[in-house]
Amino acid sequence: MSKWYFEKGDQGDIVISTRIRLARNLDEFPFPAKLDAAGKNKVNSLVKSTLFANGGNDFSYIEMKDLSRVQAVSLAERHLISPEFASKKDGSALILSSDESVSIMLCEEDHIRLQVMKSGLALEEAYDIANKLDNVIDGKLKYAFDDRIGYLTQCPTNLGTAMRASVMLHLPALTRCGQMSRLASTVSKLGLTIRGANGEGSQPRGDMYQISNQITLGITEETAIANLKSIVLQLVAQERAAAAEIIKNPAEEDKIFRALGVLKNARLMSTDEFMELISVVRLGAARGIIDTPVEKINELIVNMQPATISAANSEADNPAARDAIRAKAVREALS
Amino acid sequence: MLCQNCGKNEATTHIKQIINGDMAESHLCAECAAHLGYSDMFSGFGLNLSELFGGFLGDMAPAVAAGKSRRCPKCGTSFDEIVRDGRVGCADCYRTFYDRLLPSIQRIHGKIKHNGKISSASPVEARPETAEEKIERLKNEMNDAVAKQDFETAAKIRDEIKALEGGEKK
Repeated sequence: MSKWYFEKGDQGDIVISTRIRLARNLDEFPFPAKLDAAGKNKVNSLVKSTLFANGGNDFSYIEMKDLSRVQAVSLAERHLISPEFASKKDGSALILSSDESVSIMLCEEDHIRLQVMKSGLALEEAYDIANKLDNVIDGKLKYAFDDRIGYLTQCPTNLGTAMRASVMLHLPALTRCGQMSRLASTVSKLGLTIRGANGEGSQPRGDMYQISNQITLGITEETAIANLKSIVLQLVAQERAAAAEIIKNPAEEDKIFRALGVLKNARLMSTDEFMELISVVRLGAARGIIDTPVEKINELIVNMQPATISAANSEADNPAARDAIRAKAVREALS
Repeated sequence: MLCQNCGKNEATTHIKQIINGDMAESHLCAECAAHLGYSDMFSGFGLNLSELFGGFLGDMAPAVAAGKSRRCPKCGTSFDEIVRDGRVGCADCYRTFYDRLLPSIQRIHGKIKHNGKISSASPVEARPETAEEKIERLKNEMNDAVAKQDFETAAKIRDEIKALEGGEKK
């Protein structure tokens, strides 16, 4: 079955993907940090039997201890699990739909981290799917919930709706114009946060950013989503305007074609170099200067991450071998 | 550039560390980096939210009178442990330490009343809404209406709030 991230989405020239994540805990059990492996396995099998009994879903159940390091990190590179979850072993499990649009981390920071991903800007659709799955579990298992402070979570920063909505954006032109720090501080005043797409504290690689809601208590899911959506649409409009200015400059157009030239011809390509060049090429593709579809570039960005290459190619067990495989795959994809 | 540790292989891992304001750079090959504990691209990055929240709680929690601190009857976690780890032990911890957690929760979210989806586990139907809760709910609804620029509805809710607040004073 084709994966969700290869589809064309709304505002797809700028918005890569949308993600809704709900944190839930079962009332009966202590939160994961206070729960031993036997207790965690009990939680996991309760959630598993509830969702698998429902039928109609195309889910698989994966115990984290059965995955190799490379397989686990590859899941994190595809944003299906959190980077922290990739290191978990006993007592942690993952429920994954075959198109990888639904991933449910069991016994991560909370008992249940239900995540729905869609390509492009699709907050309402993603929430709708997450909400329905949440209702299935809620109908069978008793959640930790308090009518004053909402869904009870291990970390109090998630109390209330315990919903995190995030949108991944490609903002090369705004980055190039030095606008990102100004935008980040404006956005933070609106109860939202924007950061590099590879997680907290990371340098934004390939000009990919993730914007998400920060406040979860005292605000409805619908309002949080509406706020986020309106800010994302403004960012998209600003990025398009900045990009339109940038490409008028012949030196910038030259840069786009030079980047494409290197990607089409290089024999060794590190992750960093690839991300830098593909970002420039994606800007050209999004503005119609290069006729490669942006979905193809999105797919390439997902598949060219280090652990994902290693997971797919047994001989790619060191950086040098990986760089050669990456260069070859990029050449083939773009020519 | 060759690895600074073994001096044999090409350095592929470049690490910048700032310790007490001094920056140190090291360049290592993949093998030495793994050996020295730098191989995990995810660990050690960024800020630890839990610790941050723990600091938050410690500053904010009302001072506790001397005496043995209470423990959560279900998981045995004490309030001090929650402060130290920035993590709450179980659902019952929230019930046990509700009053002491509330100031920090307000600092994080700015609000203290849930206004989203209600779980079927909620006991809310069993207990009637208090006047304060109704006013807070109406205020939220009013703000939502303003956000949607539905000022007619907002004005209606405002009048309802006024009536309720007036009723309280009598």
